Amino acid sequence: MTINFQNALGVHEQALLLRDKRTELLAANIANADTPGYKARDIDFRAVLNNRLGLEQGLSLRSTHAGHLAAGRMDQPGLSYRVPLQPSPDGNTVDEQVENAAFARNALEHQASFEFLNDRFAGLIKALRGE
Amino acid sequence: MGLMNIFDITGSAMSAQSVRLNTTASNMANADTAAGVADQVYRGRHPVFATVSASALRQVNNGFAQIDFSDNGAVGVRIAGIVEDDREVQARYEPQHPLADEEGFVYYPNVNVVEEMSDMISASRSFQANVEVMNAARSMMQRVLSMGR
Repeated sequence: MTINFQNALGVHEQALLLRDKRTELLAANIANADTPGYKARDIDFRAVLNNRLGLEQGLSLRSTHAGHLAAGRMDQPGLSYRVPLQPSPDGNTVDEQVENAAFARNALEHQASFEFLNDRFAGLIKALRGE
Repeated sequence: MGLMNIFDITGSAMSAQSVRLNTTASNMANADTAAGVADQVYRGRHPVFATVSASALRQVNNGFAQIDFSDNGAVGVRIAGIVEDDREVQARYEPQHPLADEEGFVYYPNVNVVEEMSDMISASRSFQANVEVMNAARSMMQRVLSMGR
């Protein structure tokens, strides 16, 4: 029997990477809380994770002619702008409370993914040692 | 790697906020600096924030001047410029003032101290939020580094 890392680690490897990416986006939102015209962004976690796992393909346009343009942003499914809860005069859509809450939650979920992944590794190491 | 970018992003925001705090300090310090001529008087200064892409930010941090906005990933903040307030400066009638002109007027800056105070609080809160983000990112990264131990 061989150890298959893909099976052993399961969904958690991709989940942790996505949590990383989402942390980066939320940090950018918080960093730009005072930038005029900045639009807050986030990812649809489920859609992107499914896409990464190959469960669901992103939308793509069929091109039947060399001059056809590819549709934009298809490489980044789920990356979208947040709908603001209230308007602001400078066009900024960052709501600091929303972003902070999302960031805190994402940090916890990152920790959860990490713990799951770490447990898998601990299990693998135990199996390899055979103690 | 994602988490590494956060240090660039929040770092840029912190430096932008500290420039904002700097202009506020300068405005408050000069709120009562009088001048004898209207166009020589101090005017309030305000930074203008703009977004900058993370890869451009890294290039700036590495000392390269070239900036490219090609990637649409996460973005940081930069100071696009510092503008002077173009509101009317205050003319006060103070004939006993040594700087007063022939008509007895002295000119004071167009700085609104109340506006500056609220700007200061806003800047320091935003700075704080970015420090929290950086701390969270640091502990997340430390956890990831300890994987498999």
